Amino acid sequence: MKPSNRPRYYGVLAEFESPAALVAAARATYEAGYRKYDAYSPFPIEELAEAMHDHKNPLSKIVFFAGLIGACLGFGMQVYANLVHYPMNIAGRPLYAWPMFIPITFECTVACAAFTGVLAMLALNGLPRPHHPLFNVPSFSQATQSRFFLCIESADPKFDLDAVHKFLEGLKPMEIHDVEND
Amino acid sequence: MPESNVFESSQSPTSRLPIIGPGHTYASINEKISAIVLQRGTTFGWLVGFGISFMIFMMMLGSISYLLYKGVGVWGINNRVGWGFDIINFVWWIGIGHAGTLISAILLLLHQKWRTSINRFAEAMTLFAVACAALFPVLHLGRPWYAYFLFPYPNTMGMYFPQFRSPLEWDVFAVSTYASVSLVFWYVGLIPDLATMRDRARSWFAKTVYGFFSLGWRGSARHWHRYESIYLILAGLSTPLVLSVHTIVSFDFAVSIIPGWHATFFPPYFVAGAIYAGFAMVLTLTIPVRWAYSLEDFITDKHLENMGLITLVTGNMVGYAYIMELFYGWYSANEYEQFMVHNRLFGPYWPLYVGLIVCNIIAPQFLWSKRIRRNTWWLFAISMFVSVGMWLERYVIIVVSLHRTFLPSGWGTYAGTFWDWTLYIGTMGFFLTLLFLFIRLLPMISMSEMQMLLPGATGVPEKGAARS
Repeated sequence: MKPSNRPRYYGVLAEFESPAALVAAARATYEAGYRKYDAYSPFPIEELAEAMHDHKNPLSKIVFFAGLIGACLGFGMQVYANLVHYPMNIAGRPLYAWPMFIPITFECTVACAAFTGVLAMLALNGLPRPHHPLFNVPSFSQATQSRFFLCIESADPKFDLDAVHKFLEGLKPMEIHDVEND
Repeated sequence: MPESNVFESSQSPTSRLPIIGPGHTYASINEKISAIVLQRGTTFGWLVGFGISFMIFMMMLGSISYLLYKGVGVWGINNRVGWGFDIINFVWWIGIGHAGTLISAILLLLHQKWRTSINRFAEAMTLFAVACAALFPVLHLGRPWYAYFLFPYPNTMGMYFPQFRSPLEWDVFAVSTYASVSLVFWYVGLIPDLATMRDRARSWFAKTVYGFFSLGWRGSARHWHRYESIYLILAGLSTPLVLSVHTIVSFDFAVSIIPGWHATFFPPYFVAGAIYAGFAMVLTLTIPVRWAYSLEDFITDKHLENMGLITLVTGNMVGYAYIMELFYGWYSANEYEQFMVHNRLFGPYWPLYVGLIVCNIIAPQFLWSKRIRRNTWWLFAISMFVSVGMWLERYVIIVVSLHRTFLPSGWGTYAGTFWDWTLYIGTMGFFLTLLFLFIRLLPMISMSEMQMLLPGATGVPEKGAARS
């Protein structure tokens, strides 16, 4: 998108004092029909995902299949090495000694699952992203420390600056900030 | 809660010791932990500790340089005992590392909230211990600059693959996977705290560096949701991983036919020993750190007591394994196995075996007493005994088994040389140097996880019950 087409505001940010207030606000926001919004807190809050109806999480499936691929690659590599690439007859012992392949297969499974999982988590979260419009709000630095924030984004179809302001004020936040796109 | 419950995690605020000091808020936790890095600066005590560690680390580099110049002949290893200090130290260090993963992964899965304040530190200890451990087998190769031969890779020799049927090759995969997955697990745990550091740092340089490594984390609830699930998954993956690593290390021995090594109970015996040694090391390190940085609010007596209990339990498992070793020797009805037992008890290395029994079986028995468990001096002393004892255990397993095997004409003796000792002690300097840097540069306690321990952090309008 060219800068000229971008909306002036990224969204409107409300600041809360406690996790409970944030959860209540998130629930109210969902019930008011907003969908493009997010909550920010210094630590994960159990109730938030529930309040925001955020249930989609493909990570466990991704990790499972990554592990499966790792297992196949690890086992296949050893079978290929011992049976095809360089078969070595050592005192007539079987070439396809599969129990001896299990430890490395296991390690490959774990390595593949863990690395894929972490990379997938970062990719789904859109990280690394060193800059974000929210960082334009000075007090947002408290989001990683001791304050709790809720941002209704201008990408939401229902977004209207005045209406959102009015709505957020009804949630009794400590402060409201307009988040400008830069 | 009954007294016997080791992993007590009661909801009731009145029961037992608290796992976080009173009067803390979200802000005060951040303030206190990040101030160690950001405000406190480089203190005299830190400089002295770092300086001494760094000098010992330099000794290690000197020892390695001489080793590379002369070859492994400078060590005490000989035709009879081909695995000397290098493998003893490898097993010792990697065992120490295991407690970090146990604390960060297994106790997380078991919902042991007291792990929170010590997991970051213990994971760092894991990484540094594995770094020390990995040095030894690589240097033992004799030509360590060919260490990459151990990995499968395309080459002009037409031998793309190493021998996958060897337990030593399994070690390569196990240790490298363990090191890298532990590093990733640790880093993922650090991301939110690095963002906190970024937002709290005042200098441009610190802001930039922390900002770079925090990947632009902004605490979004949708991010946290995925973050928490991958953190749990990593814990779930690390748990069998850590068990597999020491199992495979024990296979180095158990798969061979040397008397005293060829035993099916080696994997659980080694894993218990690893956790035992590791918890002792966590105690050895946390007690002085807690004192130096006044962290009694976060690393409470409860933490020390729980670690003491785990040390006691795993110590007794190890004690059981020692008895079973003797029993197996007798029950095998194999004269070589029986001789091995006799040689352990009465052979030339008997003082080491006695030392091992004193350090590993007798010393931890004091932990049955609650007064001793809650006394940091006692805990510290016992943990030192255990660290020495676990080193002796590996010495006894490796040297005593190897020096007199099947043919008396091939018997010999073994002793570490000056270069063995300088390398071994030098790795402690390496370990401590890394640890001092870690304490100085990163928050050593997870701030976001500590905040979750406060009442109301779940987002439920609270009734005031502390999550302890």
